[in-house]
Amino acid sequence: MSEPLLQLQGVHTHIGAYHILQGVDLTVPKGELTVLLGRNGAGKTTTLRTIMGLWQVSAGSVSFEGENIGLLATPDIAQRGIAYVPENMGIFSDLTVAENMILAARNAKRAEDMDPKRLEWVFGLFPAMKRFWQHPAGLLSGGQKQMLAVARAIVEPRKLLLIDEPSKGLAPAIIQNMITAFQELKRTDTTILLVEQNFNFARQLGDQVAVMDGGQIVHSGTMADLAGDEGLQQRLLGLSLASHQ
Amino acid sequence: MTAPATTAVEALPTVKPDRLPLMLLPVLALVALPLIGSTSTWVTLTFAGLAMGMIIFIIASGLTLVFGLMDVLNFGHGVFITLGAFMATSVLGLMTGWTTSTSLLLNLVAVLAAMLVAMSVAGGVGVVFERVIIRPVYGQPLKQILITMGGMIVGEELIKVVWGPEARPLLLPTAFQGSILMGDAAVEKYRLISVVLGLIVFAVMTWVLTHTKVGLLIRAGVQDREMVESLGYRIRRLFIGVFVVGSALAGLGGVMWGLYQQSVIPQLGSQVNVLLFIVIIIGGMGSVTGCFIGAMLVGLLANYTGFLAPKVALFSNILLMVIVLLWRPEGLYPVGKK
Repeated sequence: MSEPLLQLQGVHTHIGAYHILQGVDLTVPKGELTVLLGRNGAGKTTTLRTIMGLWQVSAGSVSFEGENIGLLATPDIAQRGIAYVPENMGIFSDLTVAENMILAARNAKRAEDMDPKRLEWVFGLFPAMKRFWQHPAGLLSGGQKQMLAVARAIVEPRKLLLIDEPSKGLAPAIIQNMITAFQELKRTDTTILLVEQNFNFARQLGDQVAVMDGGQIVHSGTMADLAGDEGLQQRLLGLSLASHQ
Repeated sequence: MTAPATTAVEALPTVKPDRLPLMLLPVLALVALPLIGSTSTWVTLTFAGLAMGMIIFIIASGLTLVFGLMDVLNFGHGVFITLGAFMATSVLGLMTGWTTSTSLLLNLVAVLAAMLVAMSVAGGVGVVFERVIIRPVYGQPLKQILITMGGMIVGEELIKVVWGPEARPLLLPTAFQGSILMGDAAVEKYRLISVVLGLIVFAVMTWVLTHTKVGLLIRAGVQDREMVESLGYRIRRLFIGVFVVGSALAGLGGVMWGLYQQSVIPQLGSQVNVLLFIVIIIGGMGSVTGCFIGAMLVGLLANYTGFLAPKVALFSNILLMVIVLLWRPEGLYPVGKK
């Protein structure tokens, strides 16, 4: 495992009266793709939102490049080089695809200000973005919106991508597009923390894996180990399902 | 960086601009024409309605953006209108020689000075209002309603302390008085000026919202402020900016409304407040285009019904709101809010 880029130590998060994260310990190594698995309600999305500062850390520390970012405001966290793709994609539906991208490129005032090489690379990953450049994002299909959400996160180089369930509700062909795009992203040594429920999707991409249950990390290791051990899969993911029922 | 080929991209639905709400304005005007009977009266009423609508739009545009960006219901917006109008009475009072002069240039300078002072003072008070009244109650709608209404009452009383409780005249400068003839129709000069000024404000606002990064951020923030923050932008700073500009525009609207009525009372803001909320609800909370059309509809309908059936004019705006909301429950141009 390479050096850690992001480290959560004993992180607790409360949302109103609910105690969601109950001491999360998680390490995201630099240049690798870490998958966060777990059943619904395990605390995966809350973990991403806590890292992003959208929920306040009640206790513990969130360390990014050695700096504790746990008490910073969301814009400050984003400005340190962390991009977030929420579960609902966060697309500005009344804005065009181009306008969505301009907003993500923080220093760009117009489309012409964006790095053309980077933009062409993004278009290579997601050709629909070029085709529908001037169209309102609200008219895109679910798959195209997901592509836009990811394209927005990578329109400028970022140190860490937090991506929440990118395969959710997508057709198999679009999921395959996503896998291809993420594999290309991995080749650029981008560090990614990916929340997923689709184990087949996660297995094809993950270097590291962490499994959550009841607001805690109950397993962490390499994806290769988990993928090659059906007993472990049954115990971790099956156990989670059983406890959920 | 090599890019993989991707497949399975579906076609995009055809873009159909929603022009139906825009059509309401000519439809309303054309329906009113045979009912009024006389073309010249219709022209006069239409210009009066458009002028009134433009002033309402200038005042309400900031209010709708303030709600859209932070879900803040500011019932104290009216205080900026009153403040602007009273500032104009003071500034124009000091420039009586300029306003009574027959020189159009001197008249214009006096009015522009009054507008600039009113906008600056209303904007400055807006900074304090946001810091003291609005900021402590972010995300608490019920408290927002109560405290902004309280702010409105306090502001109104302070205005009475400074300028007195009586109505103060706000006379039009000499060159702005009178009418011009369009065929048989007499159209007041000031109403024409109001229409032109309103169109300029709408054009500038539309340009800023569609051609600048700040405008883009405002439009995005109205839809999903959490995502704007996740992209690295400080939405609160943006909100303060919009609040101050909105307050300054309310101050400008107050000057225009005062000149339109030719007198100013301390209760001006609270009287106009209801109208403002009707306009932004009709238009779709957070939508500037919707606010513009809503304001024009309210202005035209108030003038047409005032002539045709004065009793109906008393509730015509409420009736309009009910009809629009039955047709489009989220207003004419709902904002795709998350």
